[in-house]
Amino acid sequence: MSGDLGLWAVPVAMLGGAIRVSTPYIFVSLGECLTERSGRINLGLEGTLVLGAMSAYGIAYLSGSPWLGVLVAMLAGALLGGLHALLCGLPKVNDIAVGISLMLFGTGMAFFLGKPFVQPKAPNLPSIPLGWWIEQPELRAALEINPLFVVGILLALALTWFLGRTRRGLILRAAGDSSEAVRAMGYSAETMRFTATTAGGALAGIGGAFLSLYYPGSWNEGLSSGQGLMAIALVIFARWQPIRCIWASLLFGAAGALGPALQSVGVTWGYYLFGAAPYVLTLGIMIATCSPTRSLRGAPAELGVTR
Amino acid sequence: MSVTTAAGVNAERPAALSEKLRAAAQAAAPTLFAVLVTAVIFAVFLFAAGADPFEVYELIWTGAFASWFSLQNTLLRAAPLLLVALCTALPARLGLVIIGGEGAIVFGGLAAAAIGVVLIDTPYVPALLLMAAAAMVSGAALIALAGWLRHARGVNETISSLLLTYIAIAVFNHLVEGPLRDPASLNKPSTASISDHHMIGTIPGTDVHWGLAIGVVVCLAMAVLMRKTTFGFAARMVGGNMRAARMAGLPIGKLVITTCAMAGAAGGLAGMIEVAAIHGKANASLNTGYGYTGILVAFLARHEPAAVIPVAILFGGINAAGGLLQRRMDLPDATVLVLQGILFVVLLASETLRGRSLFGR
Repeated sequence: MSGDLGLWAVPVAMLGGAIRVSTPYIFVSLGECLTERSGRINLGLEGTLVLGAMSAYGIAYLSGSPWLGVLVAMLAGALLGGLHALLCGLPKVNDIAVGISLMLFGTGMAFFLGKPFVQPKAPNLPSIPLGWWIEQPELRAALEINPLFVVGILLALALTWFLGRTRRGLILRAAGDSSEAVRAMGYSAETMRFTATTAGGALAGIGGAFLSLYYPGSWNEGLSSGQGLMAIALVIFARWQPIRCIWASLLFGAAGALGPALQSVGVTWGYYLFGAAPYVLTLGIMIATCSPTRSLRGAPAELGVTR
Repeated sequence: MSVTTAAGVNAERPAALSEKLRAAAQAAAPTLFAVLVTAVIFAVFLFAAGADPFEVYELIWTGAFASWFSLQNTLLRAAPLLLVALCTALPARLGLVIIGGEGAIVFGGLAAAAIGVVLIDTPYVPALLLMAAAAMVSGAALIALAGWLRHARGVNETISSLLLTYIAIAVFNHLVEGPLRDPASLNKPSTASISDHHMIGTIPGTDVHWGLAIGVVVCLAMAVLMRKTTFGFAARMVGGNMRAARMAGLPIGKLVITTCAMAGAAGGLAGMIEVAAIHGKANASLNTGYGYTGILVAFLARHEPAAVIPVAILFGGINAAGGLLQRRMDLPDATVLVLQGILFVVLLASETLRGRSLFGR
């Protein structure tokens, strides 16, 4: 069964690609999901992703430990998230515009600080060979699961439990649906949003660490191409449910893996066009799900972007 | 009767002028404050990065404005910014945040180059007009689509305009490296070159091309459109209060789509000028971040088309000085991005000061 897969190589490569490519989506979308459930939108996660990728790579190179890199990426993400939350907490400051500014700021900082790390090779994260029992090399390669993918799935389960079953989660959701109700409960919506945005930024930072430490597994200025932004559409598609974020991420990952998968079987035509598949998919989903007259089902009521 | 009226007008005029100046100062004060705070934060950042902030600021001044040579370089870089900033500034009047300027530049440049190659034997003026028209239509289509999606489907225009930019860049890469590629362009895939006779010339006595003048004229025209016409009034009304505008019977969809189309046309024109005045063909040089800087220019100008002119020149200068910083101080080329990022963040934070009594009134 180690023969040529023929055109079957495309779906197999897409499966493997989906798992690989979806991991950053999972983290960024879970982070964005958490932030949005508290009633705020963070458009700056693209910048967080890039800064996370740079700091993870830099620290992994300097310390020799990729996991320390992941931790520092988390911290960097939390810092940017906290900054977003602080700025949005000021009166008359628009969260969409702050997101754009942090997108530019985060990428600028990452390119500045990451300049010395473009050349050297940092140790990458290990992978778990789930397909050790299969002889078929393409299929086995597709089942090389990265540990962060597993962490992402566990995190989605944990977030679902947190939002649905804990008191803190209830208050956070209340902050997203009605800041008056939270105030009446004796809590501050601002504090909840600050915490949620900071934690969301930390998650997006991990997503960035994946990019530089696993796949593609190097640091350069073209590393992220809008995954941080697409996560926002992904969260809308997932109807603000963490578990659905996983499925949506896999779908986006598969779309992103289409171009390389076709290239692997020798289809070189339209490489760039297939590369745009995730953007087209995102736009298509937004067109299909948004409506000018009603707010979206499952959307936190305090959220501006869906109105 | 008429005499008293005339006297009354004369008496009123100076008062109105000082009132206007005061309002302008009031509007500019938080922005100037933000620039000042940014200068301090950026200096601390440079210090932490091991560079002498004073030397860097001096170099930015030298590289941007100090000599005739650097000033011309600055103006060359300001030219596309003038137009592409309008891509964000015009829709902002209606309360829309469009960030697809980069896509409009890339599309416009590509359309201009593609048409220009066909028009090799056409006389100068029709050829340039056709190239400009093609660029403006393709840029307009891109941004108008974002506006239409917003109006008809409620799709967030910030996200859709950036997604459309990514899609536009993918289409651009596909065409430039595929069907439209000039086989002779080996290292840097490009379209075939437009005719040398169709290049936009320079303003006499300078090395600056006429695109700068076009940008300034378009900015001023848009300022008049937004300030002095019914269209501009209606647009500002939609931006001020969408529901009230709808109650008043304004055609909101038409206003949104027209404004977005004008915004995209401005961005497309920026791309055409880059092609017809500098590169002579479409390649990756079109896609170097003018569109993203344009967003910041628009915000710093408070989306006021006339104010875009000085701000675009300021940023043209900062970009022009970037190369000097790289060569003389060995700072990464992203230094300019960091400065822009800090400025953007501080600028938005300073919005919170707006409307507070700064002049004790």
